[in-house]
Amino acid sequence: MKNPSIVMLRRNLKHIARNPTSVFNAVLMPVVVMLMFVYMLGDAFSVGVPYVDYATPGMLLLAVCYGLGAVATAVNSDMTKGIINRFKVMDVPRGAVLTGHVIASVMTNLIAIAAIIGVAFALGFNPSASFAQWLAVIGLVVLLGLATGWLTVALGLFAKTPETAGLASVPLVMLPFFSSAIVPADKMGPGVKQFAQYQPFTPIIESLRGLLNGSPQTGDLIAAFAWCLGIAVVGYLWATSTFKKRA
Amino acid sequence: MTTSAIAVTGLRKAFGDKTVLDGIDLDVPAGTVFSLLGPNGAGKTTTVNVLTTLTKADSGTVRVAGHDVATEAKAVRSAIGVTGQFAAVDELLTGRENLQLMVDLSPVTDDKRIVDNLLQRFDLAEAADKAAATYSGGMRRKLDLAMTLVGDPKIIFLDEPTTGLDPRSRRTMWTIIRELLADGVTIFLTTQYLDEADQLADQIAVLDKGRLVAQGTPEELKRQIPGTHVRFRFGSVEDLDTAARILPDSTRDDDALTLRVPSDGGTQSVRTLLDRLAEYSLDADEFSVNTPDLDDVFLALTGHDTAEVVAK
Repeated sequence: MKNPSIVMLRRNLKHIARNPTSVFNAVLMPVVVMLMFVYMLGDAFSVGVPYVDYATPGMLLLAVCYGLGAVATAVNSDMTKGIINRFKVMDVPRGAVLTGHVIASVMTNLIAIAAIIGVAFALGFNPSASFAQWLAVIGLVVLLGLATGWLTVALGLFAKTPETAGLASVPLVMLPFFSSAIVPADKMGPGVKQFAQYQPFTPIIESLRGLLNGSPQTGDLIAAFAWCLGIAVVGYLWATSTFKKRA
Repeated sequence: MTTSAIAVTGLRKAFGDKTVLDGIDLDVPAGTVFSLLGPNGAGKTTTVNVLTTLTKADSGTVRVAGHDVATEAKAVRSAIGVTGQFAAVDELLTGRENLQLMVDLSPVTDDKRIVDNLLQRFDLAEAADKAAATYSGGMRRKLDLAMTLVGDPKIIFLDEPTTGLDPRSRRTMWTIIRELLADGVTIFLTTQYLDEADQLADQIAVLDKGRLVAQGTPEELKRQIPGTHVRFRFGSVEDLDTAARILPDSTRDDDALTLRVPSDGGTQSVRTLLDRLAEYSLDADEFSVNTPDLDDVFLALTGHDTAEVVAK
């Protein structure tokens, strides 16, 4: 008997490789959105710095979120098609079943952010982050990927059908647009502005932005870290309890 | 002395205020096929879920392979195999990969021959390296069952194994189930098809709205309803009246304009009946000889279509 976590992860990775739609959504869509905002519309935004430098951190976050729809759908079809029941009856640890999905999701995220960073440099991205700050950027993105990954797995387990599961992840894809990802929050209208200022993605984006231009703000970093941890814990607890209950 | 593979007493389960299982008792001797028969929503899948440790019962005791499902779930799981209501195969993996996945997750020793043998046995060798998404319904079911067999389970649960299959695939599935039985496993089968239970089961329990309304061998159940009979359908109430008067022991159904007459179904007795109708110049629109099948049993026991049966 092999290590069930590795067996499950290998299965999830095969899924991603064989499902072009999920790769398209997770990797190509963020790149397309980035080209649209930076290359096409970028000159129209005045944010005080070259737009590619302003937008790249938000695009990293977008790249994480775009991969989530496929994860929710994949988890849900495992559930509704009885595959999770099969694993349960075989006594596969629930950690292995769910962690496989989360780790595969984070790995897709990493490919997507590599693509985004590559495109950013091609568009003239000029960060001033030190090596340690780059590591912190990657660390924060991975942490965000884990947190939203667990939340998405919970959504996927909870939803009744794969379609609603995919739909349930839409808010996570939309949320970056209502943050400081595209334009600074204080340029937005009343209501949206306050929302953008206090929603979790804004401190995460501000942290990434600070790290990439070499001057991170401690307040942002603490808030970003706390949000990620909070989302991860909620997602994890929700996912494991739903996994136990649903048959 | 036979031993029980599955022993259930007083099993109850409710979801919210909806009672799904309302006191189920059953006993399945090792090495036999037990069929739980019932319409959609009767509680078949819930029963399977409780018996296979997926759902916790509200009350009652359930022992599978000698172990209590509530307190010794691990021991139960290692003795059973489950094929759920929907073919639980991984569509993005090939047939071979699906089976290998089961080998990797089971405590069996990793041996290439396990997968190859199962592919051969279930006639899937040719399609082994194609994605399961391309398989037909029958092939998926076979793959599903093959996956269930990887750990050599002693007790196999099949939840509606032939629902949605074409007649030929159904027969293939039946053959496979009989072969499994010959290997000495115990099979717990749910179905909505009466002929399926009749064909395969040693014991049948009829489940309706969370209760067992009957239990016994197919023969015992068939004995609970009237025997072979001939059925006529007439064009008018007047004709039905006349026919009911001239044919003794008949039972009429005024809504359907039908009359059922006990008969052994032999040519001699049928000819007598027809001659009698001709004597009175009666013409029946429809005529059929019915031998009781489990459908009749089911209707009689659950009362969902009582018109014909109550009148006996």
